[in-house]
Amino acid sequence: MKRIRIDEKYCMGCRLCEVHCIVQHSKTKNILKTYMGEYPKPAPRILVEEKGYITFALQCRHCEDAPCLDACMTGAMYRDKETGAVLCNEDKCVGCWMCIMVCPFGVISRSSDKKIASKCDLCMGEDIPVCVKNCPNEALKYEDSKD
Amino acid sequence: MKTLKTEYLIIGNSAAGVACIEGIRKVDKTGSIAVISDENIFNYSRPLISYFLAGKVKKRAMPFRDKKFYSRNNVKLVLGNTAEKLDTKKRIAYLSHGEKVVFNKLLIATGGSPIIPEIKGSRLDGVFAFTKFGDAVAIKDYIKKHYIKHAVVIGGGLIGLKAVEALIELGIKVSIVELADRILSTTFDTKASGIIQDALRKAGCNIFTKNTVAEILSKGEDKKVTSVTLKTRKQVPADLVITAIGVSPNIQLVKNTSISINRGILVDEAMQTNVKDIYAAGDVCEKNIPIWPNAFKQGRIAGENMASGNAEYTGSIAMNSVELCGIPTISIGKTSLEQDKYEILEMRKKEESIYKKIVLENNHIVGCIFVGDIERAGIYTGLIINRVDISNIKDKLLEEDFGVLALPEKYRKHLVGDVGLEV
Ligand SMILES: Cc1cc2nc3c(=O)[nH]c(=O)nc-3n(C[C@H](O)[C@H](O)[C@H](O)COP(=O)(O)OP(=O)(O)OC[C@H]3O[C@@H](n4cnc5c(N)ncnc54)[C@H](O)[C@@H]3O)c2cc1C
Repeated sequence: MKRIRIDEKYCMGCRLCEVHCIVQHSKTKNILKTYMGEYPKPAPRILVEEKGYITFALQCRHCEDAPCLDACMTGAMYRDKETGAVLCNEDKCVGCWMCIMVCPFGVISRSSDKKIASKCDLCMGEDIPVCVKNCPNEALKYEDSKD
Repeated sequence: MKTLKTEYLIIGNSAAGVACIEGIRKVDKTGSIAVISDENIFNYSRPLISYFLAGKVKKRAMPFRDKKFYSRNNVKLVLGNTAEKLDTKKRIAYLSHGEKVVFNKLLIATGGSPIIPEIKGSRLDGVFAFTKFGDAVAIKDYIKKHYIKHAVVIGGGLIGLKAVEALIELGIKVSIVELADRILSTTFDTKASGIIQDALRKAGCNIFTKNTVAEILSKGEDKKVTSVTLKTRKQVPADLVITAIGVSPNIQLVKNTSISINRGILVDEAMQTNVKDIYAAGDVCEKNIPIWPNAFKQGRIAGENMASGNAEYTGSIAMNSVELCGIPTISIGKTSLEQDKYEILEMRKKEESIYKKIVLENNHIVGCIFVGDIERAGIYTGLIINRVDISNIKDKLLEEDFGVLALPEKYRKHLVGDVGLEV
């Protein structure tokens, strides 16, 4: 499947990925309207971590052996047959947070407005996830991986 | 007598049973599968029954796999039928409606049944267990029909508190009766239990700890429950009683067969019983921690192995995620140990009901509690499961921005090995 590759060396911590992720998952998909008009703003599905000079942006790894799939008791979390992405069906999710409890990357969070889990969906429908598309230094790449 | 022949037979159609179907189909796309369930609903998620009772989830949203799941996977689903007898030599299961099923490989995924306390009055109308969809429907109907105002929940564990949460939501005044000195005593420590107890009391609950119900009472000839008497002689009004003191494995079917049992069914790492080609998974197993993810994983592994795969169950730790009174909580592993052997890291923000605790043994995390702030809890679960030495990051574990970047490099590399991350 195609995965987002993270290259820590090139990440400058500019957080453009975060901004574009928020906008992509907003109601209007417009940066001005999202930042000025939407409350609460959607939570970013990408996390930028910083430690001194080291920074990197992390989102769901769409694991081959995904613990969140075993843990999800509503069947909301599922693997997309075509893309292999691990996705959350928001209509089914009740916010029990079992997925948050088991994700070793800590990349599933609570949605800012509804009681549902929020995670990277690889920007379904877009050719390239917006975090990758808008990374100015190629710290994020969208590439085919082994599986 | 009608006879059904199948390559794979699965008894029980819940977490472990359904996961087994997926496990089998990963390896064997065509072998015939039959699933037997004594319940009459094609599929539903047990942990959702409290959401259903509270009216937060509708009946049609109860399934965790859709109706087409069974036809897509070419599964014959037999509902409303109990597997009553098992011939492990001839490989035949006898069903309550008179059919027999001849199988090559079998998974027993019969789960657990609620333990009904031996209390005088426990058969009165208005006294319910709370583990099945049918229980939730019956309770819902009873509440509607009798305008229930007061409820008593016996047992302050996870299932009891989930019932409490739903009842509060319905505007019912709830009293909790718990044998231990605090609620959630097996998964929480004193502080965490205290935070939730305070919140429940604020929401109008009575909590009686170190206490039990001595008798459930009705008025005169009437069969409807009206109150309970506690061990301490206190009288508590109750027009509804829910018992939630625990579940025990459903081993009726395998008693008097050659399958080894103790409290539950004994299995090896492949989830196979002592009888070749007969597997067991989920809450029916011995030494299993009865939670959804375990049942699911075990079912999947059993399925792969039944279809000649080579999967291994490496054990599991206790963990739970439950939101009570709007406070999310997660507890993982050993949480309530105060002995010297363990080192404890703690963080507390009283005003926000936030409490975090990490239990260390020889520089390895063995348990955690998160109350109020559960973000990124899974990172700690990973550190526990993978037995990571945290000596060098001990002081960072409870920092606000603790994350993947802080993890020991070797573990980070292992974690992200084949999932496209360069660190
Ligand atoms: C109210 C409630 C809330 C819960 N909340 C959580 C939670 O938040 N998180 C969590 O991790 N876990 C939770 N659990 C626990 C979780 O639901 C169980 O661990 C899980 O369902 C176990 O799955 P299982 O497949 O082993 O067995 P079960 O779910 O018990 O299913 C066994 C099935 O087999 C059927 N059966 C039994 N005997 C026979 C027979 N002889 N013939 C035919 N069919 C038979 C039963 O009727 C049942 O349908 C909760 C449980 C309850 C009751």
